[in-house]
Amino acid sequence: MGSIRLENVTKSFGNVEVIPPLDLEINEGEFVVFVGPSGCGKSTLLRLIAGLEDVTSGTIAIDGEDATSVRPARRGLAMVFQSYALYPHMTVRKNIAFPLKMAGMDQAEIDRKVDGAANVLNLSSYIDRRPGQLSGGQRQRVAIGRAIVREPKAFLFDEPLSNLDAALRVNMRLEISELHQNLSTTMIYVTHDQIEAMTMADKIVVLHDGRIEQVGSPLELYRNPRNLFVAGFIGSPKMNFLSGAGAEAYNAHTIGIRPEHLTLSKENGLWKGKVGVAEHLGSDTFLYVTLDEGSHFTVRAEGEVDIRHGDTVFVSAESEKIYRFDANGLAL
Amino acid sequence: MSNSNIDQRKIVFTIVAWSVGILIFFPILWTFLTSFKTEAEAIASPPVFLGFDWTMENYGEVQERSNYFRHFWNSIVISVGSTLLGLLIAIPAAWAMAFVPAKRTKDVLMWMLSTKMLPPVGVLIPIYLIFRDTGLLDTRTGLVLVLTMINLPIIIWMLYTYFKEIPGEILEAARMDGATLFAEIVHVLTPMAVPGIASTLLLNIILAWNEAFWTLNLSAADAAPLTAFIASYSSPEGLFYAKLSAASTMAIAPILIMGWFSQKQLVRGLTFGAVK
Repeated sequence: MGSIRLENVTKSFGNVEVIPPLDLEINEGEFVVFVGPSGCGKSTLLRLIAGLEDVTSGTIAIDGEDATSVRPARRGLAMVFQSYALYPHMTVRKNIAFPLKMAGMDQAEIDRKVDGAANVLNLSSYIDRRPGQLSGGQRQRVAIGRAIVREPKAFLFDEPLSNLDAALRVNMRLEISELHQNLSTTMIYVTHDQIEAMTMADKIVVLHDGRIEQVGSPLELYRNPRNLFVAGFIGSPKMNFLSGAGAEAYNAHTIGIRPEHLTLSKENGLWKGKVGVAEHLGSDTFLYVTLDEGSHFTVRAEGEVDIRHGDTVFVSAESEKIYRFDANGLAL
Repeated sequence: MSNSNIDQRKIVFTIVAWSVGILIFFPILWTFLTSFKTEAEAIASPPVFLGFDWTMENYGEVQERSNYFRHFWNSIVISVGSTLLGLLIAIPAAWAMAFVPAKRTKDVLMWMLSTKMLPPVGVLIPIYLIFRDTGLLDTRTGLVLVLTMINLPIIIWMLYTYFKEIPGEILEAARMDGATLFAEIVHVLTPMAVPGIASTLLLNIILAWNEAFWTLNLSAADAAPLTAFIASYSSPEGLFYAKLSAASTMAIAPILIMGWFSQKQLVRGLTFGAVK
């Protein structure tokens, strides 16, 4: 239960086509992350799967059955929204119970399920409070609780952590990953944060201008990006790119090297440059180097490095760690 | 700016504000005072402000002559009835316009509002004939229907403005949770919009209570509300100012008291969406 297949799905708003024809297969139990910059169509794609938007053409099948025209509640999916979308006039208990009440379940069964979900998500101590009396993290848990009690075929998360502060975001990220391991239910998660994508996903779908640029496991995308966009989007800090003569030496239009694959030397190396900013984090040092030929490189060095602003350095990379791209931006 | 300057400005503003307030309230105060005078004192020149013999005589005579409570009850039925019927139509209408707008929704809203700008006398004859032929003349049902129609644009506009402030994601969540359209409106939208619905309800009751053109033209005796009751005191033989004032005071008192107690709610409803 929980496989989703999109075939030739398109979506247009008026004359603007936001999702060109797209195929995607999500297997049962997978944690799939849609990632891409703002406006790439990832939330629209999630809403098409949820049924909150109608597809312009194409079909969406859930567990092998055509669900293209099925209304949202009948698709057996549960969604957690960015803004939590809790019912402000209802208590936590009533919020979680709402989908069960709508399904016509009897009260004893509703109480049993709500108490179960509240226990799993540590909501019991504020079960009778209203959303307005809860913190952001607690609200998000209630939203997840409301999704869990429905026992859906798949969970849909629309940037659920973007309203939380950094520390809470890391905690909730772990909680959602644990939840996936415990429930083994299909989860589709939308984010613009590639770190969330890399840390949580079984499968990442990288989107750009409504198109799927690449689908794969986090490490597949990291190791073998299909094109310049994926190479630049996956990995933090982002990949360095070099065009022109420097790239031609490697028979490529553009070459890319990840910051962690660059080595530094004060004496010799492939590219000479000057350190602009040095960020000393203790565990790592990030150096922003302007090469003599004008390009900017970010270098990640392990541990503490005795290099400061204004120092002249040489940057090198092993040839097998250099990614090559053609004039169309495709990997060679 | 020095503190004394600020104080002076404050004093001037306070005086101006009180003057404007008293100027607006004065006719009501004068009507109230006149209702306790004799007919001779009411038309005395120069007028007497407070130094007259206070009497309740006018109130007794008015009730005896016109059966105030029958008109009062008619006003209640007509204003509350037309408001409830209006809300029943306006809530789904405003929901549709706020959450599933079409290309021309804004135009429809403007068109609805523009009907409020037409002189009502322009449609008096056709509506009068329709009422006559359908037996609605001088019935409370007829007045409820006509007041619902004339106030509907305002109710829809107010609710639309209010609903626009409710995040669409909450309604989408309800849809995902299995709520039908009816359940979405009843269980989610309406409870969330209670303050807006309450202020719309209050304002509409006031508008319907004060409406005179249609109530005077389409009612005679059975369904005549308080507006007709006041009008009956302006006679061609001469005005009875004191009795007219007593009748007016009795007519406006209920709505004035209601408005006083709910002014906070009313101001909130009328200014909603004006400042974010």
